[in-house]
Amino acid sequence: MAQAIGTPGPSRLKREWRDWLLFVALAGPNLLMFGIFNYRPLLYNAYLSFYEWDFLSPVKIPVGFDNYVDVLTEPHFHQVLKNTLVLMSGGVCLTIAIGLGLALLLNQKLAGRDAARSVLFAPYMLSGAAIAVVWVYIFDPTYGLLRTILSPLGIVPPNWLRDSAWAMPAVIIVYTWKNLGYTMVICLAGLQAIPRELYEAATTDGANAWQRFRHITIPGLAPITFFLLVTGILASFQTFDLIHVLTRGGPVDATSTLIYYLYEQGFVGFRAGRAGVASVIQFAFLFIITLVQLRYIERRVTYAG
Amino acid sequence: MATLEQATGQGQSVGQARPARRMPLSAILTKVAGYIAMVVVVLLIGMPLLWLLSAAFKETSEIYIVPATWIPREPTIQNFPRAWNAAPFAQYYVNTTIVTVVSVLGKLVMGATTAYALVMLRFPCKNVIFALILGALMIPPQVVVVPNYLLFADLGLINTYTGLILPHIPTAVGTFLLRQAFLALPREILDAARVDGAGHMRTLWTVMLPLSMPVLVTFGLLSTQDVWNDFLWPLVITNTANMRTLPIGISFLLDGEGNTQWGVVMAGALYVITPLLVVFLWAQRHIVEGIAAGAVKG
Repeated sequence: MAQAIGTPGPSRLKREWRDWLLFVALAGPNLLMFGIFNYRPLLYNAYLSFYEWDFLSPVKIPVGFDNYVDVLTEPHFHQVLKNTLVLMSGGVCLTIAIGLGLALLLNQKLAGRDAARSVLFAPYMLSGAAIAVVWVYIFDPTYGLLRTILSPLGIVPPNWLRDSAWAMPAVIIVYTWKNLGYTMVICLAGLQAIPRELYEAATTDGANAWQRFRHITIPGLAPITFFLLVTGILASFQTFDLIHVLTRGGPVDATSTLIYYLYEQGFVGFRAGRAGVASVIQFAFLFIITLVQLRYIERRVTYAG
Repeated sequence: MATLEQATGQGQSVGQARPARRMPLSAILTKVAGYIAMVVVVLLIGMPLLWLLSAAFKETSEIYIVPATWIPREPTIQNFPRAWNAAPFAQYYVNTTIVTVVSVLGKLVMGATTAYALVMLRFPCKNVIFALILGALMIPPQVVVVPNYLLFADLGLINTYTGLILPHIPTAVGTFLLRQAFLALPREILDAARVDGAGHMRTLWTVMLPLSMPVLVTFGLLSTQDVWNDFLWPLVITNTANMRTLPIGISFLLDGEGNTQWGVVMAGALYVITPLLVVFLWAQRHIVEGIAAGAVKG
């Protein structure tokens, strides 16, 4: 009796055991690496932010919240925050506006539109460093492309990358040029996801082109726009190669963003504590954005259900 | 001509007939405007790439002609060997290719095995594990670059392929995409494989992965782009020219002050971007569809 009940028990347990072992073998390496390369450094950054350390000396000096106070009160860091927000708002708005315009244009039945889409999307695929190198030449005040185009119009272009008033606009131009293909592709997908019947019904009801755009296209693109807003903010936060090649954060600190500040504190200034503070702040931003995104997705799911 | 004048001259009396005739005309005008806009936009946004191409084939003396020429007067290919000799591009190609191929293969393996474990195997708290993997998306590599650098320095992995490759291997996106693909597979096919006596690895390898090919291809291509173009990590983890990747190499080719040989640098930029441009033109349907699908599905 005991045996009859007992036999399926251990064998099921054994199968379960095998599942567990196999699970650890298959998913373990991935998880372990996330622990080592993502979660551990996150905590280590927070730890370092309370110490003064130059990466070399054997002792780390505990300084409490001094690093936070220093960073948050220095004018240089205020400029960095401002730059981060300017690049974010400029880059995100321009890529969405232009990307949407391009999508509306290339959603029409035009011969050769596939080739046009390829050309517009190509910059997104290419190395930011190589692209930025090309743009340094384009911005060259004497021999650059912009000078070549603008001077026949009687416009004397500024010395873009060496002029603190024009360096950030220059970075935004390159950022927009590189990323508008991405927003275009997403907007095209969004346009194609709007049911055709809506337009047909509206036309039957006598809605003109503007009304159809205003009341069908715009609301239809709302979820896509939110997605682009979030991914755009994240992408602008992580823009490093363009800034490094175009301006190195300069002139003075006109184009230094949070990520560039982090790099400079860590790998140029060798201030582990301040780099730690910068990464804690950066992570806090990303965390908040992700929370907003999750809440939004939850709401959307509820609506859909 | 006379008929046109007559038509306009007649004015309002023809008014009633107008709407029927005006529709196609406005449609034609819209179409023409569309074509003009398309050409203008393509020229405007494609211009930097044309400028790059044109300068790469210019002699240094022609670079310094104002106003600049679009089509080189005496096209030359000399900039390409010059760039090749100005920096160890052959080594850059080897490094970038090794790093990209191994990293992307690693990502595919990690994504496939983790997704299989999450979908097909019993384990406690699988949802928490999945959430931890997705949570890693919130921690971009730039934020954790200092601690990871310190770790690799301690392990003596500066200027090594292991150092360049290892942080690329774990993948949250790949796990997410393949998990979705596996969940979408019809249960009957997996049961049939089980009945045929296929073990876990054979089910994954011969049934599930072939059926998820579109996802594998798209994810592989997007990862290739990601790793090939990566900048901050290879910048800090290498400090000798012979271990640099192409993006780092081109940024060092750009000379700091004024005397840049633009033709040579543009040829170097072409060395960096051409392989990805070829991949893109060859597989753009997969890439674009993959990117768009991610957004529309949320």
